[in-house]
Amino acid sequence: MSAIISVSGVSKFYGGFHALKNVSIEVGQGERIVICGPSGSGKSTLVRCINRLEVHDAGHIIVDGAELTDDTKRIDAVRREVGMVFQQFNLFPHLSILDNCTLAPIWVKKMPKHQADELAMEYLARVRIADQAGKYPSQLSGGQQQRAAIARALCMAPKIMLFDEPTSALDPEMIKEVLDVMVELAGEGMTMLVVTHEMGFARTVADRVCFMDGGEIVEIADPETFFTSPKSERTKLFLSQILQH
Amino acid sequence: MTTALRWTRANLFSTPGNAVLTSSIVLLFVWAVPPVIDWAFLRAVWTGTSRDACVGADVGACWPYIWARAGQIIYGFYPDGERWRVDIVYALGIAGTLWLTLPNIPRKWLGAALMIFAFPVAAYVLLLGGVFGLEAVPTLHWGGLLLTLVVAVVGIAASLPLGILLALGRRSELPVIRWFSVTFIEVWRGVPMITVLFMAANMLPLFLPESLDTDKLFRALVAIAIFNAAYMAEVVRGGLQAIPRGQEEAAKALGLGYWRRMTFVVLPQALKISIPGLVNNMVSMLKDTSLISVIGFLDLLGVIQAGNTDPEWASPNTALTGYLFLAIIYWAACFSLSRYSARLERNLNVGARP
Ligand SMILES: Nc1ncnc2c1ncn2[C@@H]1O[C@H](COP(=O)(O)OP(=O)(O)OP(=O)(O)O)[C@@H](O)[C@H]1O
Ligand SMILES: [Mg+2]
Repeated sequence: MSAIISVSGVSKFYGGFHALKNVSIEVGQGERIVICGPSGSGKSTLVRCINRLEVHDAGHIIVDGAELTDDTKRIDAVRREVGMVFQQFNLFPHLSILDNCTLAPIWVKKMPKHQADELAMEYLARVRIADQAGKYPSQLSGGQQQRAAIARALCMAPKIMLFDEPTSALDPEMIKEVLDVMVELAGEGMTMLVVTHEMGFARTVADRVCFMDGGEIVEIADPETFFTSPKSERTKLFLSQILQH
Repeated sequence: MTTALRWTRANLFSTPGNAVLTSSIVLLFVWAVPPVIDWAFLRAVWTGTSRDACVGADVGACWPYIWARAGQIIYGFYPDGERWRVDIVYALGIAGTLWLTLPNIPRKWLGAALMIFAFPVAAYVLLLGGVFGLEAVPTLHWGGLLLTLVVAVVGIAASLPLGILLALGRRSELPVIRWFSVTFIEVWRGVPMITVLFMAANMLPLFLPESLDTDKLFRALVAIAIFNAAYMAEVVRGGLQAIPRGQEEAAKALGLGYWRRMTFVVLPQALKISIPGLVNNMVSMLKDTSLISVIGFLDLLGVIQAGNTDPEWASPNTALTGYLFLAIIYWAACFSLSRYSARLERNLNVGARP
C-alpha cells in the first residue's frame, strides 16, 4: 500500500505551547483513519497541518507526492486534492448552496458554469439535498448545511477528505444523516481522515483508529484491537470515559 | 381614527417622560419651521432682474438672484459656447446613475462596466478637450456644481478601491506590505485635509522638477483620493475583522488563491457590513469638496460666495438665499446617497439569518 499522506516527525508550536510533538503517521491510498482523543490533544492541529491551514515547525509532510513548504503554488495544488469539512460547516453565507459548490470548480478548475452546475447538482443529490440548491446556508438545518459542505468539498473531486469533528455542532437527530453520507463516501474508496468521537462510525468504517493525547499519537491500531485490547493506559481511560454511556 | 389615536397614545405619550419629550419636539418644530418657510417661500421674491426686486421691508428670500447666477452655479466659468459638452457629461452621468440605481432597468453589469470604464474616458475628453477638435478648457475655468461633482465623484471612485487595498495590506502576512499600509494610513489620517490640499497645490511644484509639473486640480484630486483612502481603509478593516476566520479557511481548503478568496468570499461579506461606514465617509467627502476653495478653485460654495458680494444683487437677503440654496443642494445629494445605501443594504441582506 503506497502512502498518499506521509507525516514524519512533525512538531507544531503555538508561541511557547507545544501542540504537536514529533508526530508521524502514514496514510495509504483509500485508507480510512479515525482520530480521537481528549480536547486540546492536537487532533485539529494535525488535520489542519495536512492542508497547511496550520504551518508545521519541524518534520515533513508529503501529500500526494508533494512536500508542504512555503511554495504557495504547490500548496494550492495540494489543497485542490484535499477536501476539508469543518465542525462549523463554514459555508459562504452570501452565496446560494449551488454557488457554494460551484465557486471552486469554476475559479480553480476553470470549469464552464453549466458544467459546474451539473456537477454540483449531482453531488447535492448524492447527499440528498438537491432540492435545497437555490437556498442560502442560513435557510438550511445544521445537518443539511454540513451535507452541503461535504458536497462542496466533493465537487473538487479530491483524492483525500479531511473531517474535523463534522457532527459535533449538530443536534443528535441530525448526526445520523451526516454519518450516513460519510459511510457511503467510505464505501466508494475515498481516503479519509476523520476526527470524531462517534465510536460507532469508527468501528464500522475505520481501517485504523488513532488515539492522540498531549500532542502525541499515543496508540494507533485496527478498530478491533483498539476497542477490545488497547495497550496504553491513557487509551483505556479515554475509552472508558467515552464509551460508558 | 380610533386606531390613530391609540397609536399616538401608545407610541408618543406612553409615559410622562415620553409625553414631555413629544411635546417639546412638537413645540420646537412649531417655533422653528414656520418662520423659515415663511421667509424662504411665502414672503420670498420669485421674479426680477436686479437687486431692486429684493429690497423692501417685508421681503424674504431673493430667488431671482439664484436664477441669474444659474449658469455660473451649474457650469462655473466654462466658456458659454462650450457648455453643451458639460451638458452631455451631466446627461451621461444621470443616465448611468439611473441605470444602476433603478431596480427595474436590466443588465446592471453592462451599466456598471460602462460607468466604470467608458464614462470616465468620455467625461475626461469632453470636459478637458484639446483633442478631436474640441477647444481645450483648462481646469482653472471649471467651477460651480461641475467642479464639486468632479471632485466628489473622482475622489470617491479613487479612494474606495485604494482604501480596500490598504485595508487588505494592513492584514497581510508579509511584514513589508503590512508596515507600509499601517504607516500610510496613520500618516494621512494624522494630517488635516486643508494642509494636504495646500501642500498639493503650492508646495509640491516647488519640489518636483518642472517636467513633472502637473495640473493643479489633478494634484488636488490625487491628494483628496489618498487622504480619504486612509479613512475608507479603516472602515473596510472593521468589516474584514468581523468575518469569521473559518470563511477564509474554507476558501483556502478549496484551493482558491489569495485574490480569489478576497474577491469572492471575504470582501463581498466585509464590504456589505461596511456600507454604513463607507457611505458616511462618502457623505463627508461630498461636503468636504468645498475645501478646495482654499487653493483657489471656485466650487459650488465658491461661486455662490463670490456671487453674494456682487453689487448688482446686494440686498439683506441675498447671501442668506445663496446659503439656503446651497444647503438644499448638498442636503438633497447626501440624503439620496444615504437612502440608496439603505436600500442596497436591504437588497444585499438575502443571505443573512432571518
Ligand atoms: N491558534 C492557536 N493559538 C494558540 N494555541 C492554539 C491555537 N490553536 C490551537 N491551540 C492550542 O493547541 C492545542 C491543540 O489544539 P487542537 O485544536 O488541535 O485540539 P483538539 O484536539 O482539536 O481539541 P478539540 O477536541 O477541543 O477540538 C490546544 O491546547 C489549543 O489550546
Ligand atoms: Mg478540534
